[in-house]
Amino acid sequence: MSIEIRNIVKAFGNFRAVDNVSLDLPKGELVALLGPSGCGKTTLLRIIAGLESADEGHVLFEGKDATSKHVRERQVGFVFQHYALFRHMSVFENVAFGLRVKPRATRPSEAQIRERVLRLLDLVQLSWLKDRFPAQLSGGQRQRIALARALAVEPQVLLLDEPFGALDAKVRKELRRWLRRLHDELHISSIFVTHDQEEALEVADRIVLMNKGHIEQIGTPRQIYEEPATSFAYSFIGNVNAFRGKVEGGYVRVGSDLLPHSRTDLSDGQPVIAYARPHDTEIVADGPAANGVAARVNRVLTNGNVSRVELIANGPDRGVAKDYFEVELGAEELAQLQLANGQRVRIQSRRLSVFEDQPLG
Amino acid sequence: MPRAHRVLPGFGLSLGFTLAYLSLIVLIPLSAVFIKSAGMEPARFWQVVTSERVVASYELSFGMSLLAAAINMVFGLLLAWTIVRYSFPGRKLIDALVDLPFALPTAVAGIALTAIYAPNGWIGQFLAPLGIKVAFGPAGVLVALVFIGLPFVVRTVQPILEDFESEFEEAAASLGASRFQTVRRVVLPALIPALLTGFALAFARAVGEYGSVIFIAGNIPMVSEITPLMIITRLEEFDYEGATAIASVMLLVSFVLLLIINSLQGWMSQRGRRIS
Repeated sequence: MSIEIRNIVKAFGNFRAVDNVSLDLPKGELVALLGPSGCGKTTLLRIIAGLESADEGHVLFEGKDATSKHVRERQVGFVFQHYALFRHMSVFENVAFGLRVKPRATRPSEAQIRERVLRLLDLVQLSWLKDRFPAQLSGGQRQRIALARALAVEPQVLLLDEPFGALDAKVRKELRRWLRRLHDELHISSIFVTHDQEEALEVADRIVLMNKGHIEQIGTPRQIYEEPATSFAYSFIGNVNAFRGKVEGGYVRVGSDLLPHSRTDLSDGQPVIAYARPHDTEIVADGPAANGVAARVNRVLTNGNVSRVELIANGPDRGVAKDYFEVELGAEELAQLQLANGQRVRIQSRRLSVFEDQPLG
Repeated sequence: MPRAHRVLPGFGLSLGFTLAYLSLIVLIPLSAVFIKSAGMEPARFWQVVTSERVVASYELSFGMSLLAAAINMVFGLLLAWTIVRYSFPGRKLIDALVDLPFALPTAVAGIALTAIYAPNGWIGQFLAPLGIKVAFGPAGVLVALVFIGLPFVVRTVQPILEDFESEFEEAAASLGASRFQTVRRVVLPALIPALLTGFALAFARAVGEYGSVIFIAGNIPMVSEITPLMIITRLEEFDYEGATAIASVMLLVSFVLLLIINSLQGWMSQRGRRIS
């Protein structure tokens, strides 16, 4: 089912959790709502589900206005962050719940319920747990049961609130891959909320990046990672080196250092913030005429083929946004540079992205 | 020989203290009841505890106590629900009012209830023409027992209800359950252990209640005499053995009933227990 969100506003007191958000989600995609905590992503998800009502705006399912529909009638499957499994019911009864509460006219027979529940438990590969109680399951198992329960009512949309948030790292990775496979099998339109960029990049077809109640960027994981549209998108996704300074012709002046850049639409003196990914950042030898930001080698971490060099800003003043940098380079490059801890170097970037800076404060 | 170490220190000391304290306060006085009644001839014991008037008093005491506890379970839940789930002016006041039956001397409660429910009292005058007699009869006993047992269920259910996350209700609603289905299938089962605890406490309190019931019951032999009254009557006749005989039967029955309620409660809460 396609979902359209039109100018949704939701405020809690003076705080605008969701601030005039519009969004079109095509059918059958797995979409991630990504953003830092407090950015309004969970609120938006709950508004789509009908668990929260928007102050303004509309939610359209398949082109039809669902804004005033109760969550009961929206045919959404919602998976809660802490699963919300009914503790006094067995796994089987938890999954069967949505079928048992249907009005008599549409309620399947006991045999049909049984068949459907067992099929769903097979789908999540946990049919051997059907007689257990939620308290006897691990976190990952609970998560999958919660998903089976949500799927039992054959929802048009599946909504997941921080689906892997409460799990440990290893289970989380497994479940991510599993969710992706499940989605490829069922092709049900799904939206999941996460604050973990890695999770969003790995699982989603499309990422909606949110910050402070509005959308920063919508795109495929590739677009989001490689072509961040805003300063926020750059700093939130992936590791990044940030430099704060002012435009000076073809350079950004950071403190007393100069970084070459390629944007031509900026006037001199414009405060900017410049970003470079660690693998697009290079280390050059320090010298009186050298360009680049002065830094000092702090540590060299080698992990397989790729080495990471951590550097500390070494400028006379702290014109930089962060006071440490990270550079990723191959083993050969590292060997050529012959870096020693504490060595003074300069860093610059092949691909510097420059954004107009908002005044600090 | 290596000694096994417990993580929590002081097990021996705390268990010893617990047992000594319990013995001093509860077990020794209670066993005195049995020792005293054991001095009786079996035939006389049997005759005392099965005399018609006494048996009628058992029926009244235990029957009305169970009924009062059941009534308190239903309405206590309702009160707790209102106090926890809604915010309205005077909520704190109602919350405090619930505890009043604890604080009031029971005799005062008995006199107040009698005054209200007597045939010429505020409420009694309207009930009398309808042929309903509350004060000076078994119904009066029930009213008094409901009154003194009110706080128990409210106070046991309230914290559980406060901790009950709205997520469960939201989950039920998102699965298509109506409000009624949600309450019946999701909320109530979660409250059952607490409800049973409240029931047991209200019941225990009601069985032992004396002060308030005496004023309102009318104390008609075979009709509205409670067991504690039978014991007092024996004591006034200096028949200490008869009094302890009845008391020991009462203790035994109460103990068995409480044991049943508690194991039921244990069984219910074990099913839904959270391990993590």
